[in-house]
Amino acid sequence: MSLKGMSIISIRDMEKEHLEEVIRVAGEVKRGKHKNFLKGKVISTLFFEPSTRTRLSFESAAKQMGAEVIGFAGSDYTSVKKGESLGDTIKTVSGYCDLIVMRHHLEGSARYASEVASVPVINAGDGANQHPTQTFLDLFTIREYFQDFSSLKVAFLGDLKYGRTVHSLAYALSLYKTTIWLISPDLLRMPQFLVEELRANGSSVREIDNLEQIQETFDILYVTRIQRERFGDPQEYMKVAGSYRITRGVIESLGKNIKIMHPLPRVDEIDFDVDTMDNAIYFKQAHNGIPVRQAILGLVLGTI
Amino acid sequence: MKTYKVYAINDGTVIDHIPATKALKVIDILGLENEGILTIGIGFTSQKLGRKDIIKIENKYLEKEETDKISLIAPQATINIIKNGKLKEKRKIELPDEYVGIVKCSNPNCITSVEKVKTRFKVINRAPLMLRCHYCERVISYDEVEIL
Ligand SMILES: [Zn+2]
Repeated sequence: MSLKGMSIISIRDMEKEHLEEVIRVAGEVKRGKHKNFLKGKVISTLFFEPSTRTRLSFESAAKQMGAEVIGFAGSDYTSVKKGESLGDTIKTVSGYCDLIVMRHHLEGSARYASEVASVPVINAGDGANQHPTQTFLDLFTIREYFQDFSSLKVAFLGDLKYGRTVHSLAYALSLYKTTIWLISPDLLRMPQFLVEELRANGSSVREIDNLEQIQETFDILYVTRIQRERFGDPQEYMKVAGSYRITRGVIESLGKNIKIMHPLPRVDEIDFDVDTMDNAIYFKQAHNGIPVRQAILGLVLGTI
Repeated sequence: MKTYKVYAINDGTVIDHIPATKALKVIDILGLENEGILTIGIGFTSQKLGRKDIIKIENKYLEKEETDKISLIAPQATINIIKNGKLKEKRKIELPDEYVGIVKCSNPNCITSVEKVKTRFKVINRAPLMLRCHYCERVISYDEVEIL
């Protein structure tokens, strides 16, 4: 199952075989098997909406393997300022490079770009919709600890309503029929159609209000931030945020093998003391962004 | 044979049982504005619908894929294909797999709500009807469907 020439827009376009291919090749890249495989390639990073973290990760990934990187961040691109349509910008930039990485605040923008571009497009975030390379790096990180995703038990905690990271990763895991717990306050439950989608793919999904309701051991706790803006009442926010805070004590109560993940940046939903525990794998997760993005670039460009 | 107040056609397509006042919308969706002679009847009495509209399109035989596009506004419509004054085919409307350029995306942050991009929705569930935007991936239910 080849990714060559394919645009990477949404996890919903992926078959399990695609996910496995990226995980396998990212492992090879991380071990140093492939060198300089992006030499002679020009990659555009078009960040219509700024995201320094994601842009640096892509640019560093591309440059380490020998690619030239061109692009812009924010509204400093004069044509966009002058009101050029997204379609026109993409058609123009297509002529300057071998691949486009883009982030845009409108949902569906990357899909549309992939339909008008003459080169592959990688979606680095389209509003609240998708950010597929984040999902790939999450899966890759999980695979470093767990071989078999089908017997895996994963709990997602926090804002499951708006968190696109959670939506995409849960979807990807459902292709393996992973057991999934969704832990959130009522206000921030995962949209029902997404839950139905996970079930239709074969995952067992349970929705609960707090961690204590899980009576059996599980493997991964994926934590997301609960944003203050989601609550009308600040006291309600304080109460909820406090009860979802991950401390050393919480982790100890979950058993010594539990792994804690987080898409970062974190604010205060995970205590800083947790960082030094073996259970905390969120910084590893962030660093895996490099080999995973390199693997995706190489596979899409057909140079690996 | 019932006599219609709209004259009979010899060759073409008759779309019957359109909900009253939706005939113009049907013409719009099917892109029939410049397709020759159309006869439009609005507000006929109907046993099935109370009131109904009828459209007769001369010398044009609409394919099933075309007429299925009106399923969202005229799910009970019947299609009659007339050749040489005879009823050659009678069929019902079915839901298509996809609606292109027909449904508005309810998401204001969707690319189709901002740029000139033709909307595309996949039918992901038939009963109850659920559509997924090909672009922003939002799922909308029948009550939220808005025709462009
Ligand atoms: Zn949409």
